[in-house]
Amino acid sequence: MVFKNIRYVSVNEDKVMDIHLDDGSDKVVDAKNLVAIPGLVDMHCHLRDPGYEYKEDIASGVKAAAKGGFVKIACMPNTKPVIDNSAVVSYIRKKAESLKSVKVYPIGAITKNIEGKELAEIGDMKAHGAVAISDDGNPVMSSSLMKKAMIYAHSFDMPVISHCEDKDLAEDGSMNEGFVSTVLGLRGIPKAAEEAMVAREIILAEYTGLPVHIAHVSTRLAVHMIRDAKKRGVKVTCETCHHYFTLTDETVYGFNTYAKVNPPLREKEDVEAIIEGLKDGTIDAIATDHAPHHEDEKKIEFQLAANGISGFETAFGLSYTYLVRAGHLSLGELVDKMSIRPLEILKIKDEGVNLTIFDPNVKFVVEPEKFVSKGKNSPFGGFELFGEVMYTVVDGRIVYTSDKVKG
Amino acid sequence: MKHLLGLKDTSKEEIENILETARGMQVILDSNIKKAPHLNGKSIVTLFYENSTRTRLSFELASKYLSSASANISASSSSVAKGETLLDTGRTIQRMGTDVIIIRHPMAGAPHLLAKHLNCSIVNAGDGMNEHPTQALLDMYTMLRHKGTLQGLKVVITGDVLHSRVARSNIWGLTKMGAEVVVNGPATMMPVAIEDMGARVEPNIKHAVKDADVIMGLRIQLERQKSGLFPTIREYSKFFSVNEETLSYAAKDCLIMHPGPVNRGVEMTSMLIDGDSSVIEEQVTSGVAVRMAILYILTR
Ligand SMILES: [Zn+2]
Repeated sequence: MVFKNIRYVSVNEDKVMDIHLDDGSDKVVDAKNLVAIPGLVDMHCHLRDPGYEYKEDIASGVKAAAKGGFVKIACMPNTKPVIDNSAVVSYIRKKAESLKSVKVYPIGAITKNIEGKELAEIGDMKAHGAVAISDDGNPVMSSSLMKKAMIYAHSFDMPVISHCEDKDLAEDGSMNEGFVSTVLGLRGIPKAAEEAMVAREIILAEYTGLPVHIAHVSTRLAVHMIRDAKKRGVKVTCETCHHYFTLTDETVYGFNTYAKVNPPLREKEDVEAIIEGLKDGTIDAIATDHAPHHEDEKKIEFQLAANGISGFETAFGLSYTYLVRAGHLSLGELVDKMSIRPLEILKIKDEGVNLTIFDPNVKFVVEPEKFVSKGKNSPFGGFELFGEVMYTVVDGRIVYTSDKVKG
Repeated sequence: MKHLLGLKDTSKEEIENILETARGMQVILDSNIKKAPHLNGKSIVTLFYENSTRTRLSFELASKYLSSASANISASSSSVAKGETLLDTGRTIQRMGTDVIIIRHPMAGAPHLLAKHLNCSIVNAGDGMNEHPTQALLDMYTMLRHKGTLQGLKVVITGDVLHSRVARSNIWGLTKMGAEVVVNGPATMMPVAIEDMGARVEPNIKHAVKDADVIMGLRIQLERQKSGLFPTIREYSKFFSVNEETLSYAAKDCLIMHPGPVNRGVEMTSMLIDGDSSVIEEQVTSGVAVRMAILYILTR
């Protein structure tokens, strides 16, 4: 297949060219209105398989990722059973490989059953293909265990990803603590709950001299602390998610459970600081934190509703619209955050032809009920975005073609 | 009006209409034959996920005085315990021909969830820390009876403001009606950004009550002490209890109010609760009149 006259943009490249795929098809696409970029890589998602297949399974998750333009995704270990041993790592890899689509890289747990008590078999998980470790959702509260995890994991060259949340400070909050939580009478999660643990991880990284990656940064002070730490030479990297630079806690008004996510949506000053952090390089990457849930887990009392946003199918459009079109980042810089840096942080080799091809000019409307993910839980329904993905290419093969360019 | 979910989203005109209608209902309530046809043929269900004797009885009598069919469901004795979702419970109640569901629930937003998905009218009888609009309306009704107007009144709300749905509803309602609201209590029990809701925070009780027209105590749950919000009941009552001395700083004909039930000697002294300034018992009667008015307006 040939994409004729396509604009190709990477970190330091911007040119018009023809892209030839060696996929056995002799079709020629007039692609002068499309843009190709190095394939998107999501370093933080939840595929729910094994254990919660009613929310998502590997096949539906991979399909949604492909539709969102992702060529590689790394899935978090809070499945049932937890990804805390090589058997579960192998199960996920085999199931994903059989789909011959988006590549799936399991992230193993730091501790057995994500209980924060004993280390999981980090070396063995690595040997079977896990690319990092994290106790996402249930952070390691013991500082000494976290220190040991960093030291042990480093000896196996395994990146450590920390979901920063001091559970004690977060108490039983269900949204950001602020004016909106006061108005709605919902218990608030202070920003300090995230920031206190970001501070701890920075201190541990500085003390051990070892790297740590902070997941889904959402507050102004967290951005500031990471910026300062980087200046001191601390080996800290971090990601944010599309909802933290597009939404505030005001989205929760009306007890909108689709806006319930952890960390919670913050305030305007935080959104501005996240964008600033993306611009100056403090924030290395954008991840989706794709967290699909069943409708029944959202159509209940806010306090009981599950945390999470189904993100694969909106992440690029939101990032392109709110960062590139809004003038905060160049497309090359967005490519760095969504394609290049995630690979570097996870130390995944970039092999073969992996591309995301999108339409930069035609507006599209987000319709969560039409998501291919099983999780329709999105607060972005009705949003008008640019940057709809038209083709996703993994290893030189087209794994997704939009209905809009089919036929 | 279709629902009464909270005073945040109720207009000044709607509040005035409820208070005015309640005056008419008070006449029925004060008469010898407490039976009027306003809700004839209507079906009203109270769905309570929290224990409450007075609010529930108040709603039940209000609906009976106005001739409706009424029934009560409490969480402990219903299918709630079997894990049925709130929406399924609501749909089942609606299917039985219910016109109004009055819900009390420990979680903020529960009435809003029902209102979004059901066709019958929903009345919020208290949802978590969010709102308790009928309480605030009966409080305003009581103030109005004594003061003639709410415009320009200084109302001090004191106690555990953080966990109080009564405080939130009163702040929304009173500020809409032109009253000044001052909140007081331990700093650990002050919600963040409460001043942006239109209330002024005054940490010292004596300063707070200066020239106050109304002092409203809030019930404090004694177990809160365990979560570190205040050291001891002794210290709490020493600094935050409303007593005769506090009252001396207030305006001459200041009203003492409390949504009840009161912890005597903690939130306020018995002498004040039973004293001449207290309208705490009258609030209970007002509650029935206001709830009659609300049920009538919602089913009209
Ligand atoms: Zn997380």
